[in-house]
Amino acid sequence: MSEPIRLQYTVPGDDFARAGEASADLKSTLKRLGLPAAAVRRIAIALYEGEINLAIHAGGGQIDVSIDDDAVEMVLSDQGPGIPDIELAMSEGFSTASAQVRSLGFGAGMGLPNMKRYTDEFAIRSTVGLGTTITMRVKVS
Amino acid sequence: MTIAQVMEILNARLYTPDADLSRQVHTACGSDMMSDVLAYVKDQAVLLTGLNNPQVVRTAEMMDMVCIVFVRGKQPQPPIPEMAAARDMAVLSTDLPMFAACGRLYEQGLRGGEMP
Repeated sequence: MSEPIRLQYTVPGDDFARAGEASADLKSTLKRLGLPAAAVRRIAIALYEGEINLAIHAGGGQIDVSIDDDAVEMVLSDQGPGIPDIELAMSEGFSTASAQVRSLGFGAGMGLPNMKRYTDEFAIRSTVGLGTTITMRVKVS
Repeated sequence: MTIAQVMEILNARLYTPDADLSRQVHTACGSDMMSDVLAYVKDQAVLLTGLNNPQVVRTAEMMDMVCIVFVRGKQPQPPIPEMAAARDMAVLSTDLPMFAACGRLYEQGLRGGEMP
């Protein structure tokens, strides 16, 4: 691989049934490219958590993936409500998810911590009222 | 432990008739919260849950899990069995509650995963 492979996904808001389709597609693409199984799993889990967040918190958003020889980078951007206190949002068990979202099995306050845990680099930028951008990088070499 | 043994230990029903029941499972995880499931790395694992929606299959797919067990007698909602079958997973349902189902599998040697 010389040129990075770029993929783009649009995640619809409030369509919970479809959340996970982008992560599943990326996972099968990375498997097909022959990336190590453990790295593929970490990438898939981190992106899946992010995709769920886009669907339930942000009203949807966009995922840009770049795959090169050394790493897979995922940028998740949305124009949602933003995160007022990132440090608090990053603490395990903290969640602002609604009772309805919790009844669907999410909102345990583990999403952002899991995304950080499974990636080698994790950065989050957020402005209340404007949206959030999360950049994650997983080494694959 | 094989999926067939999991079925026997939990006296469970099978909802994916074509599943390979001879596949090995090495670890298990029981939760209704999918992010809790996603926090632990497992190898060829079985997921026990009372949550009954397609995100259970998505979660298992991301984790490379091979078997989903619905506890408390829950019957998997469509399209769960079809989705799982397409991903080579077995779907079971047991009448046991979560704690008892996990306890029986633990007693027979199945263990949990680890934080990465």
